[in-house]
Amino acid sequence: MKKTKMVLGLSLVAISGLVFMAADHADAPAVTGNASDITDVYAFQGQNTNNMVFVVNTQGLLTPGATAGAVFNENTLQEINIDTNGDNVEDLVIQAIRSGKDMYFFGPYCPESTGISSEIEEDEQVGKVKITPYGSAPIIKSDHGMKFFAGPRDDPFFFDLGQFKHILAGEATGFNNPGTDTFAGTNVLSTIIELPKSMLGNSSTINVWAETKNRQ
Amino acid sequence: MKTLKFKIITLSFICASSFFVSCDNKDSITTDTNSETPVLARKGKKFKGTFVQQDQMARPAINTVFIGSGAPKDAFNASIPSAMGASYQGIFQSRLLALNPGYTANALGQTASELTGLLSTDVLNVSKVAPTTFFDGTNVLTGRKPADDVIDVELLLIFGGPTGASNSGLTSDHVNANDKNFATSFPYLASPW
Repeated sequence: MKKTKMVLGLSLVAISGLVFMAADHADAPAVTGNASDITDVYAFQGQNTNNMVFVVNTQGLLTPGATAGAVFNENTLQEINIDTNGDNVEDLVIQAIRSGKDMYFFGPYCPESTGISSEIEEDEQVGKVKITPYGSAPIIKSDHGMKFFAGPRDDPFFFDLGQFKHILAGEATGFNNPGTDTFAGTNVLSTIIELPKSMLGNSSTINVWAETKNRQ
Repeated sequence: MKTLKFKIITLSFICASSFFVSCDNKDSITTDTNSETPVLARKGKKFKGTFVQQDQMARPAINTVFIGSGAPKDAFNASIPSAMGASYQGIFQSRLLALNPGYTANALGQTASELTGLLSTDVLNVSKVAPTTFFDGTNVLTGRKPADDVIDVELLLIFGGPTGASNSGLTSDHVNANDKNFATSFPYLASPW
């Protein structure tokens, strides 16, 4: 009985046009298929447990054939926002933007203004790294106690999206076991930063989110 | 045009790469041998401009699951976390109950209102003192590491009921790991296909 109700609910959702394109790959029309589409964000303790690692992935579902041609946009700023006092407003930002063959990094620093518009405080530049070309070993740059990487990686996300769509469409009542990873064999463009936790304020917890912002 | 100008600037610095101008203390400890960094900073042009939000993301699949297709998805991506709760908690709750009309509480003891109150403010809560994971059996929402099976966690919270045992066909997609192994050292993610 319960199950019938739920399947009905799911069908209604499907009819109302809710299409699940996880994680956030191509999640909305304005960003689908362009450099500002964030697919996933990760924040985790580094190999050195005094460090934090941030990963921002963009431009998902790249086939191997499409990966060499995928580029970071010089007018798209990637911004990691860090709230250190629990009000969900950024107290610190780390910014990354491509120029030529390099990815430039700024921060973490306290921005002059918060919200949907950002500028880059150039004095806060902490390093840059050559963008790793497709097929090359990862190019890693260390500067100011931080590490930087930018370039194509295997998409770390895994999910049986295909079966989930069947469930939403009312064509299946559950997942298969084993499932099929829809994201197997696809790549993303990754921007990866590792830095000492001490650069992220004094609080024991932080709130983190990523944004892409385009130059006006 | 901009690109062309930059190429000329870059080229001139590659030519003068041994010429290191220190603009501030930070730049002076740069170890990059190809040091256009301080010169670019002094020129102060390349990174000028106002950048306006296109996409926003923290927890996986939040926009995709909880926001209606089309324009509302763009609107969510253009909103800021401090304003999301007030605008989106009700919408999220309707979606949750459409996905799982039998929802009463989840394994964290959250009511529909509590779960959607948490999720509608799209930030990753990250601990600086505990293991960082979406869920590892002990720690909950203390970060997100690449190997975390975040979809199973979200499915469990949406469909699993108070004990996690409800709707057993919907609480795991049975894809439990990535298609490539992650490295233990930087840059952690695997090489592309």
